Order: sequence, then C-alpha cells, then structure tokens
Amino acid sequence: MKVLVVYDVSTSDSNGPRRLRRVAQACQDFGQRVQKSVFECSVGETEWVRLRTRLLAEMDERRDSVRFYFLEADVRVEHHGAGEPWNLDGPLVV
Amino acid sequence: MDVQLNTLYIVTRGATVRRDHLTLQVVVEQQARLTVPIHQLESVAAFGGVHVTPGAMGLCAESGVAVNFLTESGRLVARVDAPSSGNVLLRREQFRRADDPGARGSVARCLIAGKLHNCRNLLLRAGRESGDAADQGTLSGAAGHLAGAIPNLEADTDADTVRGREGDAARVYFAAFGAMVRVGRGEFTPNGRTRRPPLDRMNALLSFLYALLTHDCTAACAAAGLDPSVGFLHVDRPGRPGLALDLMEEFRPLLADRLALALVNRQQVKASGFEFREGGAVSMDEATRKAVLTAYQQRKREEVTHPYLDQKVPLGRLPFLQARVFARHLRGDLPSYLPCVLKN
Repeated sequence: MKVLVVYDVSTSDSNGPRRLRRVAQACQDFGQRVQKSVFECSVGETEWVRLRTRLLAEMDERRDSVRFYFLEADVRVEHHGAGEPWNLDGPLVV
Repeated sequence: MDVQLNTLYIVTRGATVRRDHLTLQVVVEQQARLTVPIHQLESVAAFGGVHVTPGAMGLCAESGVAVNFLTESGRLVARVDAPSSGNVLLRREQFRRADDPGARGSVARCLIAGKLHNCRNLLLRAGRESGDAADQGTLSGAAGHLAGAIPNLEADTDADTVRGREGDAARVYFAAFGAMVRVGRGEFTPNGRTRRPPLDRMNALLSFLYALLTHDCTAACAAAGLDPSVGFLHVDRPGRPGLALDLMEEFRPLLADRLALALVNRQQVKASGFEFREGGAVSMDEATRKAVLTAYQQRKREEVTHPYLDQKVPLGRLPFLQARVFARHLRGDLPSYLPCVLKN
C-alpha cells in the first residue's frame, strides 16, 4: 500500500531537533522524501506496522503531529518544479 | 505482500552503493543519486566498475536481497546471497530426476515445446504487423516450420534428440529474425545467432537481454527451493546455471526477443549506441544499456493472463510462477512440466 506521511515536529524545546531527525530517518527508511516534511512510502503490512510504531514512539504527543494519508492504488500525482523524486516502484537504473 | 519488489540496476562507472540506515544509497561523484528502502528491493545488479560497500552487502544479506556483480556486457561474475533456504528433499529429487535419462527427456520436451510455441507466436504476430509481402512470406514460412516441429517432439524420448530438434528450429527462427526488423534493417539484421562475443548489434542486444533474463530465472529457481545449477535440457557445467537456462527457454521470445525488436523498431535503441571492438565484438554504450534496462523493467510490469492459473500477473512474475510449477512436477503433483504458452 501507499502511505503519505506528513509531520510537524516542534523544534522549540531542547529535544526538538533530535526528534525531528529521528522522525525523518524513520520515514526515510521506509519511503522517499518528496518535500521537507512529506514522505511517500510503499509498504507491505509488516513494514507499515514497523514504520507506524517507530514514528509514534519517536514523536512527542504534546508538541508534534503526524498524519497518514492512505493512497488508493490508482492515485495520480503531478510534480512541478525542483526535486522531482524517483518512482521507486518503476525501473531503478542509475 | 502488496509491495511490488524491484531490482536496482547500477550501470554508471565509478558509482558506490552504500548503506544508510535501512536504505541503499547510490553515490556518484560524491552525490547521492538515489536512495531506496531495502524492503522494496528483490535484488541488486552492479554492472562493471561499481563499488558495493560491506555495509550495503550486510544490509542486503539481512534482508534476503541478492547482490549480483556483472560485467558491462551482463555476464555474471559473482553473486552474494543469503544462505540457501527451501527444501532439501525437493533438491534431492531434482538431482535424482536430472540423472534419469527418461525424466530428462520428458522435461526437455516440454521446455522446448513451450519455447517453440512462443517463438511461433512472435513470428505470426510480426507477420500480421508487417506490410511487406516478402517478409510476411518469410515469417509465415518459419512459423509453419516451427508448427511442424512441435508435434515431432512427442516421439522424442531423450534429451539429445530434443536438443537436435531445438537446434534445427532455432536456425530457422534466427534466419527469419531479420524479417521482423522494420527499422534500420541494414544495421540490425542479425547474421544468425552469434555469442561470446556477439558479432552484430542485434546479437549484442539479445545477449544482454538474455543475461538479464538468466538472472531473473536463477532467482526464480532459488526462490522455489530448487538448485539453479542442475538442469535437465542443459548439461551440468561448472558455473553454468543449468536449470535457470532450462526455465528461460520459454521466456526468451516473450521477454527478450520481442523486447529487442520493439526497441529497434521504435528507435529507442539506435545504431550509434553500439561500440565495435577489435576482433569484431560488438557491445552497447552506457546510455543504451540504461535504455535497455529501463525498457526491460517496464516490460516485466506489463500484465498478462496466465494460461492455466487464469489470473492476471506481471510478466516479470512468470519465471517465479513457472519455477513453482516445475517444483510441483518434481514433487509428483503434476505428471509433466507445463510450460507457459501465451496467446498474443
């Protein structure tokens, strides 16, 4: 399944930058960064549980928020401008 | 499992593949070009001078992702894989059958019947699409020859006879191959089948695609718990994945020949993308290899209806399904191996 992960991590407290880094890394491990705090993840059931658990453990419920959007299989995405991401489900030839 | 597993191909000279947490990162000139989460990969193929760090290799091993090191022309040099799994009883049965001339003959017959059927379909299809009467004649003549060769296989009981018939049919097929080339015929008509080294552009293209297909079929055999190196049609030889080559026969026309023709006819591959070496060997340049790999991956994603599973499956899954059919035959659940014959 495809999940869009969007988060807001508050960096005003001393622990904030560390949480931000760790939340971003969790997303990076399971998907691809498409904008600063937006990740597209293609995951199976196992990976989804692992990703979700990790994110919920890293975030601070009082200060941060994380939102998951579950995308249908035939989702259409248009990209304009810089930093067009790879389609990780398409051919990967470097 | 609903993630479509992918293969990462690295063809850029001097690229490094390294581990970054749970992802593989391809670095070219100190710039990260691509970062892929490991769970999306099935295998990694590194062509030529590509560096894979021990960390990356470790991550792949933990995740059951095979790393293949190949030459630029696609010949496998080394393969790093997790320890073989699967059922040892199945492998023993495979060895026993491979030693039995009768069993070898029966499997070889089925494999070649599948190949000839699929080759014939390709010839017929090209004949329908061709506007040239002379080409249509050549193609339908060759298709007729293959159609005649298939029932003859019935009577063959040993693998050698089957190999002989296959050789005759392959000669006819490759003689007609040029009539399926519609664009750039002067540059792309093969002069029969040449390999090690390929001596013309079409053969260079075919050799490369066959090499890709060999890897997929090797992975398919291993995934079904079979030993890729003990074949039935192909005789054992050190370093040769005999069973993978057996399995590959029926897929050559579907996944390689047809794709090679499409790439040439649609001009996605140009005559200028080939390099001539001393001694007449022909190889592709880096840009052409990238174009071919991309097209191959796309082709594998095309869906077809599997003839007896009656299910829509991506073409790239077919070798995996057929390897399981093969395993069922070895276990005795199927009286003979059923090759995958597609209508098109």
